[in-house]
Amino acid sequence: MSEEHYLELCESPVQFEHASSVNNVFFDEANKQVFAVRSGGATGVVVKGPDDKNSIAFRMDDKGEVKCIKFSIGNKILAVQRTSKSVDFINFIPDYPHTEFSQECKMKNASVLGFCWTNWNEIVFITDQGIELYQVFPDKRSVKLIKSQSLSVNWYQYCPETAVLLLSTSGQGNVLQPFVFRNGTLSKMTKFEIELPVVPKPAKLSLSERDIAMATIYGQLYVMYLKHHSRTANSPSAEVVLYHLPREGLCKKSHVLKLNTTGKFALNIVDNLVVVHHQSTQTSLIYDIHLREPDCALNTHQPVLPARSIHPYRIPLTGPVVVPSQPPVPCQLYSSSWSVFQPDIIISASEGYLWYLQVKLPPTVNLQQDKGKLMDFLLRRRDCKMVILSVCSQILEGGERGSLPVVATVFDKLNQVYKEYLEAEQMYTLAMESGPSRNSAAQKRPVRTQAVIDQSDMYTHVLSSFTERKGVCHKFIIAVLMEYIRSLNQSQITVQHYLYELVIKTLVQHNRFYMLHQFLQYHVLSDSKPLACLLLSLESTYPPAHQLSLDMLKRLSTANDEIVEVLLSKQQVLGALRFIRSVDIDVLRQGWATFMIKRATFFIITIGGPHDCTLQLNVVMTTCRPGSSWTRRSRPVTRCCSTPSSGPSSRGTSGSEETPPSTLENTVRNTWSTSSSCLESNP
Amino acid sequence: MLIVSPRMAAVTQEKQYTPSLLSFFVYNPSFGPREGEEEKKILFYHPSEVEKNEKIRNVGLCEAIVQFTRTFCPTKPAKSLHTQKNRQFFFEAEDSYWIVMIVKNPMVEKPNKDGKPPTIEYQEEEVLDTVYGAVLRQCYSMYKLFNGTFGRAMEAGGVELLIPKLEKFFYRYLQTLHLQSCDLLDVFGGISFFPLDKMTYLKIQSFVNRVEENLRLVKYTAFLYNDQLIWSGLEQDDMRILYKYLTTSLFPRHSEPELAGRDSALRPEVSGNLLHYGRFLTGPANLKDPDAKFRFPRIFVHTEDGSEELHLIVYKAMSAAVCFMISASVELTREFCERLDALVGPQLTLLASDICEQFTLNRRISGPDKEPQFKFIYFNHMNLAEKSTIHMRKTASVSLTSVHPDLMKILGDINCDFARVDEDEEVIVKAMTDYWVVGKKSDQRELYVILNQKNANLIEVNEEVKRLCATQFNNIFFLD
Repeated sequence: MSEEHYLELCESPVQFEHASSVNNVFFDEANKQVFAVRSGGATGVVVKGPDDKNSIAFRMDDKGEVKCIKFSIGNKILAVQRTSKSVDFINFIPDYPHTEFSQECKMKNASVLGFCWTNWNEIVFITDQGIELYQVFPDKRSVKLIKSQSLSVNWYQYCPETAVLLLSTSGQGNVLQPFVFRNGTLSKMTKFEIELPVVPKPAKLSLSERDIAMATIYGQLYVMYLKHHSRTANSPSAEVVLYHLPREGLCKKSHVLKLNTTGKFALNIVDNLVVVHHQSTQTSLIYDIHLREPDCALNTHQPVLPARSIHPYRIPLTGPVVVPSQPPVPCQLYSSSWSVFQPDIIISASEGYLWYLQVKLPPTVNLQQDKGKLMDFLLRRRDCKMVILSVCSQILEGGERGSLPVVATVFDKLNQVYKEYLEAEQMYTLAMESGPSRNSAAQKRPVRTQAVIDQSDMYTHVLSSFTERKGVCHKFIIAVLMEYIRSLNQSQITVQHYLYELVIKTLVQHNRFYMLHQFLQYHVLSDSKPLACLLLSLESTYPPAHQLSLDMLKRLSTANDEIVEVLLSKQQVLGALRFIRSVDIDVLRQGWATFMIKRATFFIITIGGPHDCTLQLNVVMTTCRPGSSWTRRSRPVTRCCSTPSSGPSSRGTSGSEETPPSTLENTVRNTWSTSSSCLESNP
Repeated sequence: MLIVSPRMAAVTQEKQYTPSLLSFFVYNPSFGPREGEEEKKILFYHPSEVEKNEKIRNVGLCEAIVQFTRTFCPTKPAKSLHTQKNRQFFFEAEDSYWIVMIVKNPMVEKPNKDGKPPTIEYQEEEVLDTVYGAVLRQCYSMYKLFNGTFGRAMEAGGVELLIPKLEKFFYRYLQTLHLQSCDLLDVFGGISFFPLDKMTYLKIQSFVNRVEENLRLVKYTAFLYNDQLIWSGLEQDDMRILYKYLTTSLFPRHSEPELAGRDSALRPEVSGNLLHYGRFLTGPANLKDPDAKFRFPRIFVHTEDGSEELHLIVYKAMSAAVCFMISASVELTREFCERLDALVGPQLTLLASDICEQFTLNRRISGPDKEPQFKFIYFNHMNLAEKSTIHMRKTASVSLTSVHPDLMKILGDINCDFARVDEDEEVIVKAMTDYWVVGKKSDQRELYVILNQKNANLIEVNEEVKRLCATQFNNIFFLD
């Protein structure tokens, strides 16, 4: 096993001055900013994040210990909480007065648990007796109460992405009341109760803030509850219970993630995966709530992959003095000083680092043997394209070659995603064409994710190199190509002609012409002009290819010119003429027919041609001239004969003179009149 | 032996005799070049009860005719000899190995008054060279399919091996020759392909590939449905003769028990496996039988360097039949057959019902009533595809046609005509009995249509044929 760590900390962490007795560190989840407040702000506040580039440094008066400090959205106003009664504001808008102003909570005897900015100038205070939503007027240095709600609050959590505030109420703390903020309004959502593993006898606060987290997974908001193992209840190990919190409607328990162990855990969400860190074993598990597990009860999930630790991380020593000889120090992972924030943030306050957790996909390939499951997993990840393509190559080549059913499953899964994208795209195009004005807002252009692996991706990265590989049995190559074509067809995706060309090339290379013939016979290789031309080129090695090609051109019905060219190149002038006659020559197309007949004539004149060719031309001229009759020599020959029912067949050619065959003469005569001069000039 | 199916003519007590086999022999002139050793030339002679000297005389005559005609055209010696009573067909199957078939001309026996012996009228023109020449070549191909070439047997064991081989094969095979019902289809020796949509076809491909991957021993696979070919891993020429064997000999022999229904005693014991309907048509009838023999017929097919010998396993579930061909050097065991049964049985059952469903669906869409009931024969030389609405379902004993033999004869004549020239041609014949027969040749394709329209004129017939081409052959390049 080469590389097994499928989780890693980002390369360039946000660095800040580590926490100490003189330096307090705060993290704002909304703006993802780290505040390093030295001596209450008197000796400086440094704000960093989220990408470490734009840091803000300023000073403020030391008016007591800072409890909480956050910028409003867009770094317009800074809010600082120093007491349990009030919050202070400082303008950060240029040209506005910078003097601090303050706001006390409205409710009597309430103490402020914290605050959250919900907009650039809207802030909500959370007190132990309720919540208060304020609007801040930085120019007037005043604050106005918009709305308040009173209820007893144990603790709160805020999800900035969805602007949902979750309050823990009731004695045990397990009744959760969510609120949502939208455009300066505050709306109450349906409250719900978390099932506790044991109900404490004298009711006491038993749902801790640490065991609850909110995050969006696959676009939906979930409340994650870390349900610890309890000796009294029959739960052998801890689990994470996910409550789906829809915008409207009831909050429902939706998923259970089995942790299969006990101890201290922390949760992250990375790339829609739930990552559970286990401190005592120093490993992490990942769960994909969209991965169906047939062997489990509904919505109970086992880890996707075996537990592995985060990839070892070395802290580069980049202090003020860079000492190149000094090697980077290994960082202690899963340290107890780590704080974990949603969705993917890990902060080590003691070392002064903020990392983003990342999923590395290549190592997962070797950890999941079931390629079908692996594909399901990979297709939902963000940077999956190259990994998926490498898995495809892996199952086709080398020692870990998959069997055909495995290959088929993988192709089917890829094409399912591909098809869904194509359909969405088509819907969008249709909607745009029908009327962009009506519901253009609802119709968004579908985003092409990396999981959409189209035919050209497969061709360039997987199939073309696979077919050229030495030592692979051609049977297998053809089987794989056919399997891919089958899968595309099953998903009703139009197969691109270069895939067919690959099939043909492979078959020709191994002299499997009869196979090729059968595929074409059943139209498995769909008709196209390029394919027909390719077939024409095969004629010298496989004569029936000529017929196959002509059939294909005929079916295309847009390639009449090509058919005439092919026939002429075979010196089948009459065949060409008959063909021109057979395709519907309406008035518009008469010019074309004339042209093609001229072309045929020109062809014979210029090449001079073998003897029988000039003979044919004479035949053409005689048959097409008005009033001329058909003779036995001039093919196509329509002979009419009567045979007695017994005795030797004595067939005469009687009747041919008085019965001009069908409409040929008329048609050709019509078109001929314009071009006759050309013919006549030729002796 | 003579009276095969006397047909009563309308007029008097006329008796009609159809063409029948008089004799059939295989010889090699180089085996008895000296006088007195002529008998050694003869490798097989039917009927065997013919006196030795007569055999020698007949063989000698054939040899002489071939030698004599060779002086006129060294590359193309005589193929047939017409006499009043018989017609002889010569075929040099392998270098100096000749096969000769002598067919009695059909005749009419007219009773005379006054107790005089009846007058016999031989209808020597009724026999077509192309048809019986093709039958003769087919005899050899069939021998070669199951025994390999004559030369191969000679190398392996000399005349002592070749003669019994020939006897064993032709004794049985000649009994199945039904010369009276040979016609144009024997000339073509075509393959009927099962019409199928792309998706189902790809599913079958997938099935074949998976089985071949799973059972590595399987070298070639062929897939048939309703006695029509869907996929052949064999090359065209081998498939042609194997197809002939399957559809005229093997399948008809096994069709009766299936038609008999589930509860019939005729139906072979379903081996306790209710999961699928798969069973072996060659090899063991019942896998559960402890005495079951795991012997399969062996066939010879062409390879790039000569030929190879293969076991032929034919496995069938409902209307779908699959041929698995495995190198004869491998011993086939009970375990292998059980594995094959377990793997292929359920999949094939499913596939067969899929195809059936798709087929009925397609038929409903196209509408059986919509397409006019034309009687036609179509053949494509390039892929050997053949389609006939004239012939009924073939049985082991006889192939039934729905038209008068005279019309079939006209078709044969037109075909001979077409064979003579390379170019496209069209022939329209008005037969005496209100029938019109149209033959068309375009590139490598031939189409023969029989129309029964009273008082139709040539233009109408031509239009009618055009209509047929437009409905039935609109997806191929078939010139009007």
